[in-house]
Amino acid sequence: MSNFLAMGGYGFYVWMSYGVTALAIVAELLALRARHRAATRAFVHDRNESPTP
Amino acid sequence: MITVAADSTLSRQHDTSPLPDSGVWSGLRWALARDLRIALRSRAELGVQLLFYVIVVSLFPLATSPEKSLLALMGPGVLWVAALLASLLSLPRLFASDYADGTLEQIALSPHPLPALVSGKILAHWLTSGLPVVVMAPVLGLQYALDAQSLTILTVALLLGTPILSLLGAIGAALTLGLRGGGSLLALLVLPLCVPVLIFGAGAVEASHAGLGASANLSLLGAGLLIAIVGAPLAAAASIRIALD
Amino acid sequence: MNLYRYSSPAAFYPIAGRLAPWFGWSAGLLAAIGLWIGFAKAPTDFQQGEAYRIIFIHVPAAWMSMFIYMVMAFWGAMALAFNTRLSAMMAQALAPTGALMTFIALWTGAFWGRPTWGTYWAWDARMTSELILLFLYFGVIALRNAIDDDRRADRACSVLALVGAVNVPIIYFSVQWWNTLHQGSSISLTAAPKMATIMLSGMLVMALAAWFYTVAVALVRVRCIMRERQRGARQLGPTTVVPGLA
Repeated sequence: MSNFLAMGGYGFYVWMSYGVTALAIVAELLALRARHRAATRAFVHDRNESPTP
Repeated sequence: MITVAADSTLSRQHDTSPLPDSGVWSGLRWALARDLRIALRSRAELGVQLLFYVIVVSLFPLATSPEKSLLALMGPGVLWVAALLASLLSLPRLFASDYADGTLEQIALSPHPLPALVSGKILAHWLTSGLPVVVMAPVLGLQYALDAQSLTILTVALLLGTPILSLLGAIGAALTLGLRGGGSLLALLVLPLCVPVLIFGAGAVEASHAGLGASANLSLLGAGLLIAIVGAPLAAAASIRIALD
Repeated sequence: MNLYRYSSPAAFYPIAGRLAPWFGWSAGLLAAIGLWIGFAKAPTDFQQGEAYRIIFIHVPAAWMSMFIYMVMAFWGAMALAFNTRLSAMMAQALAPTGALMTFIALWTGAFWGRPTWGTYWAWDARMTSELILLFLYFGVIALRNAIDDDRRADRACSVLALVGAVNVPIIYFSVQWWNTLHQGSSISLTAAPKMATIMLSGMLVMALAAWFYTVAVALVRVRCIMRERQRGARQLGPTTVVPGLA
């Protein structure tokens, strides 16, 4: 396990790369989820405010 | 005949010379003449823009070092980047004032093809901002200890390249008409597109120093100029129509 | 099957909703396989040691950053040619993920460069072109944010994306030329390690994973965009409702 983390001495570089990539993807997904919720909430709110026939 | 709003107090609104036909060249000539007339009325503004160029070029040695070999290495690049910045500075006036008072809409409605009119405006822009830079550059190049051959190559490169900067900049100016954040947004859009012009233009002098000759660079710039002359007015005209709709 | 039926936002909305999870889970599975190949199956590189394993993210991200830009420009062209709203919305949905891929490519490129060639940033042709591509993405996103009117934003961003797409080969060529002029006889920084087949397959699987991820995210984002635009339209009055989007 410690061999895996050390990555032959290059651990810092490898995990900075993979780590930041994972963070970036999680950040995008979280932002997207927040955007989806906000868009749906506002849409439903508008629809309830002024129901269409 | 293009009619313009009678209630405007700006002097340029009264530029209403008659248009005999609706061809490409007459449209270009009309737009060129009009924009030159308007620009030359505010000669002070043109002078200030040129002064900006001179000052920026003078800043680099102050910020780095006056050592001759360093300056000779930096010189072409500095003169080019400064030319790019000076072009960006003057781009907003290409369409913005016409857009603001509605003249641009009427220009777009004229029987002349809009790309032709846009070409005339871009040519006027280059003549009043790009050409002065081309003329100043060899003089300023002396500050950078550039020899006569380098100065010649640099001037020819700028002569070919600054019109491309005006042409590409026109697309950006047309896309950002009336938008907030105008100038910076325009720079963000235009600068990446200008990178090849910068590379080949500034690299011409270095290529000649390296013994490779500058003809490859200058040919590429020439080819780029031809492509830009054909493509940029079309893209800019399309962008103007998008902004006006 | 008449695909034009699905070119209306209202018809595509439920389809996007059904497809997105499928693409998302597939992306996760592919990534797991790719990482397994990259870490468990692929051998240590003779020259670069374990540091080379970064390529399993770096290269797919770089490929995707280019690919997404071209797809975005394609949808922009469709939007201009056929005046379809959905095409423009797809272009809008792709831009942020494209910028993200470009950032990941630049970041991992820097952390691959440091142990391998001694420097985080070496102004080599590929990385410099990637940096300019990031600026192009930012330009499209900034222009979208600056324009309030959706229709003008759609068309302006389409024009900008197309102008950018035409310029990308020119930019790449010029940066390559600039780089070779200054490289002299030093080591080519863009030379990848000799590619064993297993390494290549790892990269391909990761690239596929990145592609599926992009599709999933774009489908969800385009649904958000439809909702947001529908909300804007509603505020103009109930007669502008698109049936089926309720």
